Amino acid sequence: MLDDSEGYVTTDGRKIGGVVMEMKNITLRFGGVVAIKDISFDIREGEIRAIIGPNGAGKSSMLNVISGFYVPQEGEVWFRGAKRPPMKPYEVARQGIARTFQNIALFEGMTVLDNVMTGRLTQMSQNIFTQALWKGKAEKEEVENREMAEKIIDFLEIQRIRKTPVSRLPYGLKKRVELARALVAEPKLLLLDEPMAGMNVEEKEDMSRFILDVNDEFGTTIALIEHDMGVVMDLSDRVVVMDYGKKIGDGTPDEVRRNQDVIDAYLGVAHD
Amino acid sequence: MAQPGAQTGLQSFPALLARNAQQMADKPAYREKEFGIWQCWSWRETAEEVEALALGFLNLGVNEGDFIAIIGRNRPPLYWAMVAAQMVGAVPVPLYQDAGAEEMAYVLGHCGARFIIAGDQEQVDKVIEVQDQLHQFEHLIYLDPRGMRKYDHTTLHDYAHIQDQGRAAKDELTPELDRRRARLDYDTICVMLYTSGTTGRPKGVVLSNRNVIESARFSSEFDHLTSGEDILSYLPMAWVGDFVFSVGQAYWNGFCVNCPESEDTMMSDLREIGPTYFFAPPRVFEGQLTNVMIRMEDATPFKKRLFDWGMAHARKVGTAVLDGRPVSFMDRVKYAIGNLTVYGPLKNTLGFTRIRVGYTAGEAIGPEIFEFYRSLGINLKQLYGQTEATVFITAQPDGEVRSDTVGVPCPKVELKIEENGEVYYRSPGVFVEYYKNPESTAGTKDAEGWVATGDAGFIEPETGHLRIIDRAKDVGKMADGSLFAPKYVENKLKFYPNILEAVVFGNGREECVAFINIDLAAVGNWAERNNIGYSSYQELAGHPQVLATIQDHVEETNRSVAEDTMLSGCQVHRFVVLHKELDADDGELTRTRKVRRRIIEEKFADIIAALYDGSKSVSTRTEVTYEDGRKGAISATLEIRDAAVVPVATQKVAAE
Repeated sequence: MLDDSEGYVTTDGRKIGGVVMEMKNITLRFGGVVAIKDISFDIREGEIRAIIGPNGAGKSSMLNVISGFYVPQEGEVWFRGAKRPPMKPYEVARQGIARTFQNIALFEGMTVLDNVMTGRLTQMSQNIFTQALWKGKAEKEEVENREMAEKIIDFLEIQRIRKTPVSRLPYGLKKRVELARALVAEPKLLLLDEPMAGMNVEEKEDMSRFILDVNDEFGTTIALIEHDMGVVMDLSDRVVVMDYGKKIGDGTPDEVRRNQDVIDAYLGVAHD
Repeated sequence: MAQPGAQTGLQSFPALLARNAQQMADKPAYREKEFGIWQCWSWRETAEEVEALALGFLNLGVNEGDFIAIIGRNRPPLYWAMVAAQMVGAVPVPLYQDAGAEEMAYVLGHCGARFIIAGDQEQVDKVIEVQDQLHQFEHLIYLDPRGMRKYDHTTLHDYAHIQDQGRAAKDELTPELDRRRARLDYDTICVMLYTSGTTGRPKGVVLSNRNVIESARFSSEFDHLTSGEDILSYLPMAWVGDFVFSVGQAYWNGFCVNCPESEDTMMSDLREIGPTYFFAPPRVFEGQLTNVMIRMEDATPFKKRLFDWGMAHARKVGTAVLDGRPVSFMDRVKYAIGNLTVYGPLKNTLGFTRIRVGYTAGEAIGPEIFEFYRSLGINLKQLYGQTEATVFITAQPDGEVRSDTVGVPCPKVELKIEENGEVYYRSPGVFVEYYKNPESTAGTKDAEGWVATGDAGFIEPETGHLRIIDRAKDVGKMADGSLFAPKYVENKLKFYPNILEAVVFGNGREECVAFINIDLAAVGNWAERNNIGYSSYQELAGHPQVLATIQDHVEETNRSVAEDTMLSGCQVHRFVVLHKELDADDGELTRTRKVRRRIIEEKFADIIAALYDGSKSVSTRTEVTYEDGRKGAISATLEIRDAAVVPVATQKVAAE
């Protein structure tokens, strides 16, 4: 059913489109260590795709391959129908891929609003001189960017901390600010690296709601890595399971849950 | 009785709106902060929006006399919905937005609302949850479309679409709208407001246009309000105060109503708007003062010294300057310096720079807090009112402000005190009736129009000011026959920043005992500064040092209570610090945060028993309700403490 190139319909009735990104036989090595071994999977338009696996399974490496931070030694990355050559991360960002980080990577000394505005960088066309003059086009651009930033601030309900320096915020809110910065770039593909790590139940519920709302409201395709199995199974449409750099399962949450290899990996059966 | 509206034809809010749109067309009527900017609507634009919605209502089939419930936080479109409802002859019924679904179901069922306007998805979900119990309910209109795309839209409508449909059918429906508008007069129902109900079910108080417009007019004259005022509307729309300020007085004077961006941003929005006329329950002032004090603790030594010097001088002469009493030249100079260095910047930080008139009501305010604001030169006054009176019963005139009275009768209000001490009033604002509840109406309002307030008080002979002691039904007798007025003692206790809530028991008993709730913000800050670790509210509330501090407060209160010969029997002999905050979701407080004595008495009967049987501690298990309606339970062992009391033997003799 999933091979259908026309897409599919999810259990809650959303229509999922064609393939946006395809990973073909990716292998990534750091010296002698093989982080990812011959993995292939695809991400489709409008879906929430999760990558799960135990510690050290290679999930974050995988996300870094998608975001262009790592270049795999073997295999191909296809994005929107074209093979992607090795690229700098900012070039990947220009293509419409935005991400958040496992260990929050915000500008601590800047306010929430300024941090969110930096997410608009790829949308800016004016140079430093016209911006310094702040006339005509540069002014118009800034106003547009601020409008978008405010829309996202409203969407994620962080109006109250708009002018607060990020360093003063608690962890859960920083995560939300990071999501805001990624969203403000109007990404076609949003990568979330452990969006719920270290959160309490209430914060997790909030974050889950925001992820679903983003997908619903903006139609953003989302790929996420997550440890919390319960959250993954509730949120995602399809799940890739990794273990020791290999793919051991791929399918809907129900299919994955019944997969013997997955059960073994999570229950810790000895590997040979 | 003079009827200003009758002469000018301004007998309804749609009529006032038309006047404002004509005479003050380009003056701001509403502002709301959205997307980081204050969006503004002039009176002309407001009139256009309201009319579009009214036409949309006609298009949807709203009949005259229908009830339209409005649920959500303060936003201009929801205020417009109230006037649009009046325009088509329907009755707006604003509801408390933080009410649970079941509570909401009762009120919606009681008024039989056919139409409901909800602010956002949260409110829509609550209505959908209970809609099967509501037989008359037909259409739900929502304001914020976020998250609602996938909902079934057969009876669900977007607010903007209703307005668009109204605009499209303008030519066809305008004659009908004009007909309905022309039929509105002083006797038409203006609004129905549900009282929070300290006892039993909420009651729907019906107010006529006469009630609201006359009250707005007299109170505006009393405080010399003009069309230049700016107010911040952040208190629940279902509360009579908000309706009278944000609709009644705003339309009568044509001043501007400002709505905050969200609940959490209220304080910074307040600073940006700088209202000229401000209304808040004591807890808002308390919260602000606590914040100032906490921040001054962390300030540099120089700033702190300057602040202490400035405040000491303000305490000495500030209120005298404000009231225009004689102050020596040197003190005036010093006050001016203080104003430049301390009071001015502080008022600016609080958002009170432009304030001309500020009111506090609903509960008693601590004298220190009251004096603090007044000494800064903020004209903060007290008001005593009720939903049934369309707010105004008594208020303090400029220059006659004290923390222990609630002022003199408002214009056109008559007062009388019955033998049992209960306060009665008669005024143009006296409500029409309780909806579908003639027994209660008859029990509250007599044939001559006198209304029982349910509060016990007396009028000070020298000044003519009213002093309120307690709820009349809560005033009781101790076993020895002396007077028992729990609220009097509770208020004294609550004036300590560490104490958020107190409940005193003792009616018919030998001695009084008390439940205390700590204030997490104040006590938590104290714990932080003193390196006291705690992991939960419960743990902090049971900390021995916290208990010792509270004991000091109780004993100090006892000394103060003992000074009043009438009430010295009310000293607290034993107390317990509760392991959970009293909460409206658990039914322990009303939505306006008044203590529900009977319910607390039943729920915590085991703790009360322990307070009276002399035991040192009590183990208890309490059911709690979470915000989403789920229930849970918390268990705790609470330490019971004895508090020293001042001997009252002399008083007993005096009483006999």
